[in-house]
Amino acid sequence: MEKVLIDLHVKKKLHTNEGEGELDVCINIPEQALVTVFGKSGAGKTTLLRIIAGLIKPEGGFIKVGGQTWYDSGANINIKPQLRDIGFVFQDYALFPNMTVKEQLLYASPLKEHKYISELLDVFHLKGLCERKPGKLSGGQQQRLAVARALARKPRILLLDEPLSALDSEMRLALQEEIIQAHTNFNATTLLVSHDVYEVSRLSNYVYVIDNGRISKQGKPGDIFNSAMPGRPPADEGPNCYCSVCGSLRQ
Amino acid sequence: MDEAFLQTFWISIKLASLTTLILFCIGIPLAYFLTYSTFRSKVVLQALVSMPLVLPPSVLGFYLLLAFSPNYLFGGWLNNWFGIRLAFSFAGILIGSVIFNLPFMVNSIQTGFSNLPASLKDASYTLGKSRTTTISKVLLPNIKPALLTGICLTFAHSIGEFGVILMIGGNIPGKTRVASLAVYDEVQALNFGMAGKYAMFLFLFSFIILLFIYSVNREYQKWKRF
Repeated sequence: MEKVLIDLHVKKKLHTNEGEGELDVCINIPEQALVTVFGKSGAGKTTLLRIIAGLIKPEGGFIKVGGQTWYDSGANINIKPQLRDIGFVFQDYALFPNMTVKEQLLYASPLKEHKYISELLDVFHLKGLCERKPGKLSGGQQQRLAVARALARKPRILLLDEPLSALDSEMRLALQEEIIQAHTNFNATTLLVSHDVYEVSRLSNYVYVIDNGRISKQGKPGDIFNSAMPGRPPADEGPNCYCSVCGSLRQ
Repeated sequence: MDEAFLQTFWISIKLASLTTLILFCIGIPLAYFLTYSTFRSKVVLQALVSMPLVLPPSVLGFYLLLAFSPNYLFGGWLNNWFGIRLAFSFAGILIGSVIFNLPFMVNSIQTGFSNLPASLKDASYTLGKSRTTTISKVLLPNIKPALLTGICLTFAHSIGEFGVILMIGGNIPGKTRVASLAVYDEVQALNFGMAGKYAMFLFLFSFIILLFIYSVNREYQKWKRF
C-alpha cells in the first residue's frame, strides 16, 4: 500500500466573481505521486495550493504532511510558509527581476550547493543563461527557471499553480515532458493545478476534480475524462478519503 | 562669499540631510506595514502619515510649538527629566521637518511596494527566507526608483520648508535660520540683492534634484528592458 504523504481537510470562504462560496476539500496524496487538481477558474484550486503552502490561512480543518502537523484549527497550529518543506511555482513565475538565473538558484538553495545547482541548470537547459536576468528570458525559459528555483531547496512537495497556462501549445508540450522528467529525477511529491484536460491526462496519475469548492470527482485521468462517454464505467464521486475532522469515510 | 549666507546654506543642507536619513530609516518599515498589513485600523495611520500634505504648515508648527513648550506636558517632561528644550532649537526644527516630510518618503516607498507583484514576497517565503531577508534581498532592490524618488523629494522639500521652521525655530541666525526663511527676511529688510541670491540657490537646487530623479529613473527603465 502506498504511504500517504499529504493528508488534509481544509475549509475556507471563497470570494469569486460569481459570488461567495466555500472551499471544503479532503485530499490524501501518496508519497512521490504526481497529482493534479482540475477545475474551472474560481473553483478554489489556487486557494487550495496557497493553503498548503501556508500563504493563506484556512478557517478550519487540518494539514498533515508525513506525520507532521502543518495546520490544525483545533490545536491552533499554523506553521509559517518558511518552515513548510515545499517548492512553489507561481502562475506568473514570480521570478526576482534583480537576480540573474544563477543568483535565483543560489538564493533558493539553503546550503548554496554549487554541484546541485549545476545539475538543475543542466536538467532545465539553463546553463548558457546563467548570467541573464528574467527580463531577458523567453516565456519557456522563465517557466524552466521557476521550476528549477522551486527545486533548488530540495523540497519534499512541489506545488505548481497552472505553470504552463501562459505558453503556446508547442512550448507547453515540451515543458510538460520536462515536468515529468523533473518529477522522476528529483522525487518530489507533486501537486499540479490545471484547467487543461490534455495537460492533466498527460502529466498526472491521479486527478481531483474541484467544482464550487468541493471535490466532485477523483480518479485516474482516463477514467475521469472518459466517464461521460458511452460504455465507460463512471468515475468515483465525492470525497473518498477518511477525514478525522468530519468523520466522512472512503467510498 | 558672505559668512551669514554660507552659514544659512549649511544649516539648510544639514537639516535636509538629517531629515532624509531619519525618514529613510523610518519610512521603509512604515511603508512596508502600510502596504502589506491586513490590520483594519491601518487607514488611520495612513491618514495621519498623509496629514502634512493637506495641513497648513503653520498649524503643524503651532501644535509642535505647544508640545515643545516647557509649560505643557511633553515639553515640561523633557525639560524636567532631561533638561532638553526643543522650541527654537535645531533639534526642534529637525523633529518638525521629519514629521512634515513623512508623506514624501513613506508614500514614495509605499507606491514602490504596491507596484511589485505580491507573488515576489510569497515566492521568497516559500523558498524559506525570513521577512528581513525578503525585504533586503528581494523587495528593496526591486523598488530602487521609488527609494530614490523618496530620498530626493524629501531632501528637496526639506530645503524649501518655511512655515513649520518659522513657527518652531523662530528664524535665529546661525541656529535655526534656513535659506527659505532668509529670502523672506531679506525682502522684509528691502535687501533684494541678498534675497535674490537665496532664491536663485533654492530655484537651481530644486531643479537639479528633480532633473536627477527623472534622468536616473529613465535610465533605470531602459536598463530594465535590456
